[in-house]
Amino acid sequence: MSGTSPPPEPPAAVLPHRRGPRLPAPTLYNMSLGMIVVLAMAAIFAPVIAPYDPLYQDILARLKGPSAAHWLGTDQFGRDVLSRILFGLRSSLMISGGAVFAAFLAGSLLGLTAAYYKGWADRIIMRLMDVLFAFPVMLLAIGVIALLGPGATPTATAIGIVYTPIFARLLRGPALVVAESDYVLNARAIGASDARIIFLHILPNLVSVILVQFSLLLSSAILVEASLSFLGLGTQPPVPSLGMMLSEGRGFLFLAPWAAVFSGFAILIVAFALNLFGDALRDELDPRLRQA
Amino acid sequence: MLFLNRLRRRLFDLALVIIGVSVLVFAFIRMIPGDAVAIMLGSNAEVTPERIAAVRSRLGLDLPIHEQYIAWLSDVLAGNFGVSIWTGRPVIEEIAAHVWPTLQLTLLALLTAIVLAIPLGILMARIRGRRGEALVQAGSVVGLTIPPFWLGILMILVLSSVAPGVQMLGYVPFLQDPLGNLTRLILPAFALSLPITANLARLLRSTLLEALQQDYIRTARAKGMPARRILYRHALRNALIPFVTSVGIMAGYLLGGAIVIEQVFAIPGLGRLILGAIAERNYPLIQATILLVTCSFVLVNFIVDVIYAMIDPRIQG
Repeated sequence: MSGTSPPPEPPAAVLPHRRGPRLPAPTLYNMSLGMIVVLAMAAIFAPVIAPYDPLYQDILARLKGPSAAHWLGTDQFGRDVLSRILFGLRSSLMISGGAVFAAFLAGSLLGLTAAYYKGWADRIIMRLMDVLFAFPVMLLAIGVIALLGPGATPTATAIGIVYTPIFARLLRGPALVVAESDYVLNARAIGASDARIIFLHILPNLVSVILVQFSLLLSSAILVEASLSFLGLGTQPPVPSLGMMLSEGRGFLFLAPWAAVFSGFAILIVAFALNLFGDALRDELDPRLRQA
Repeated sequence: MLFLNRLRRRLFDLALVIIGVSVLVFAFIRMIPGDAVAIMLGSNAEVTPERIAAVRSRLGLDLPIHEQYIAWLSDVLAGNFGVSIWTGRPVIEEIAAHVWPTLQLTLLALLTAIVLAIPLGILMARIRGRRGEALVQAGSVVGLTIPPFWLGILMILVLSSVAPGVQMLGYVPFLQDPLGNLTRLILPAFALSLPITANLARLLRSTLLEALQQDYIRTARAKGMPARRILYRHALRNALIPFVTSVGIMAGYLLGGAIVIEQVFAIPGLGRLILGAIAERNYPLIQATILLVTCSFVLVNFIVDVIYAMIDPRIQG
C-alpha cells in the first residue's frame, strides 16, 4: 500500500544533509519524504482541491459508494467523503503539528534551562517532568480534556502537555554536554548572555536530534488526536476530523463502509509517512548504524 | 550492597513520583474552571445555595488547600476515593466493577505482542543486509502506526461477512463462559497488540544486531559454534534484557489504547467508565480512575526495573 505513490525527487532545499554520507535506505527516506510533501500539499490546498464543500449535504446521495462524482463515496448526510478526508487531514495536521510544536517550545525551554543552570533548577524541573511522564499518554490527555472540555484547542493543549517531558528529557542530556564545550565557555567569556548562549549556541547543535523526535512525535500525535476525536473528545461536529469520521462511519459499517475505511486509511498513511521519515532520518544521523 | 543502594535510590524516586502524581491528581478537581460544584450539579432546578454548600463541605472544598490535600491523601490511603456525584456510591466500587475487562484485555494484548514479537524480531534481524529488508522495515512501521481502532473496525467488517455467526462484540466474564470470553476478546486484543508487537519486534531486532557485534559472539564463532546456536544461545538471551524493560513501559500504552478499543468492541471496561464520567462531569470518578491507573502503571514499571536489575548482573556494578 505504501508503494502506490511514486517517490518524487525530493527538492534539494528540504533535505537537511545534502553533502552528508550516503543514506543507508535511500528509497525509504525519499519515499517517506515524498509522501509527507504530497500529504502536506493536500492539507494546505484542501480548500482548492476538494471537489465539494465538506459540509455540503446532498440528501439524495446519502451513503453512496465510490463513483465518478464522489471518488470515495458519501456519508450518512450525503457529504463527500474525499472532501471531508482532505479537510480532516488539514485539521488533524494543524492540531497535531501545533501540539508537538508547543511541546517542543515548552520542553526545550525547560530541558535547556535545567541543563544550563544545573543544581536546584535542574532537579525541580526534571522531577516535574518525571511526574508528567508517569501518566499514561491517553489518560493524561483525557484528564486535560475533562478539565477544558472537548474540542480542537483542548486536544492540542492535552497533546502538547503530554509530549513536553519527552522534549525536555531529550534535550537536557545533549545540552549538558554542549554546555561544557569550549565554544560555549568562550561565548560566556566574551560576555554573551545566558539566553543568547542557549538559543544561538546550544540549540542549533541539537537540531538533528530535534528533527527526528519531532517527526516521530508528530506521527504519534496524529494517532492520539485521531483516538481522541474518535472518542468524541476532539474536534466537534460538523467540522470534519478523521477520527470522528471513523466513529460516525462505524454506525453505517455494513451499509456504507467507505467513510470508516478511507478515513482510517488516511490516518494510517499520515502516521506511517511521518514515522518512516523520522526512522530513516535517525538511521542516517546515527554514526554507529552508518558503519554497519 | 550496591544493589541495595540502587534499590534505595529507586524507592526514593518512586515515592517522589507518586507524591507528584497525587498532587497533580488532587489539583485536578481544583483546576476545573468556574465553580466545580455548580458545574457538577449542572443547571438543575433543585440546585440551591444550601445544596451547593453541602456538596462543598462533603468534598472538603471549604478548607485551606494544604489541609484539603492532607485530608484527601489520608482518605485515599485508607481506601476511600470519594463517592460518585450522581449515584452516591463509592467510586472505588464503580472502578472495581469495570476494571476486569480492561485488565484482561490489556494482559491478553501484552501476551499476544510478546508471543508475536520474539519470532518477528529474530526474523527482522536475520534479514539484515538482504534483499527485502526495506520492505520489512516499512512493514514494521505500518504495524507501528496502524490505528488499533481502525484495525478493529476492519476486522469486524471482514469477519462478519466471512463468519456471520460469530459473536464478536461485548464481554462475558471468563468464569461464566470461558470460550465466549476469549472469542470476544481475541480480536480487540490482537488489534490493540499490533503497535506493541511492531515496537517490541523492532527493539529486539536492533538489540539482537547489537549483541551480534559483541566480542563473545566473535569468540563463539571462532571456536566453530553453529550460527543458529550463537543466535539463540548467546545473542537472544542478552537481547531479551532490554526487551523485558520496555514491556513494562508498553503497559501504559496498552491501557490507553484499551480505552479506545473498548468503544469499538462494546466492552464495558474502564474506557466506558471514564468516558461516561466525562460526559456527566463526574469528577471524583475521573480523578480516582486516573490516580489508580497511573499509580499501578508507575508501580509496574518500578517492579520491572527492580527485576531487570536483579537479572542483569552488570547493573549491580
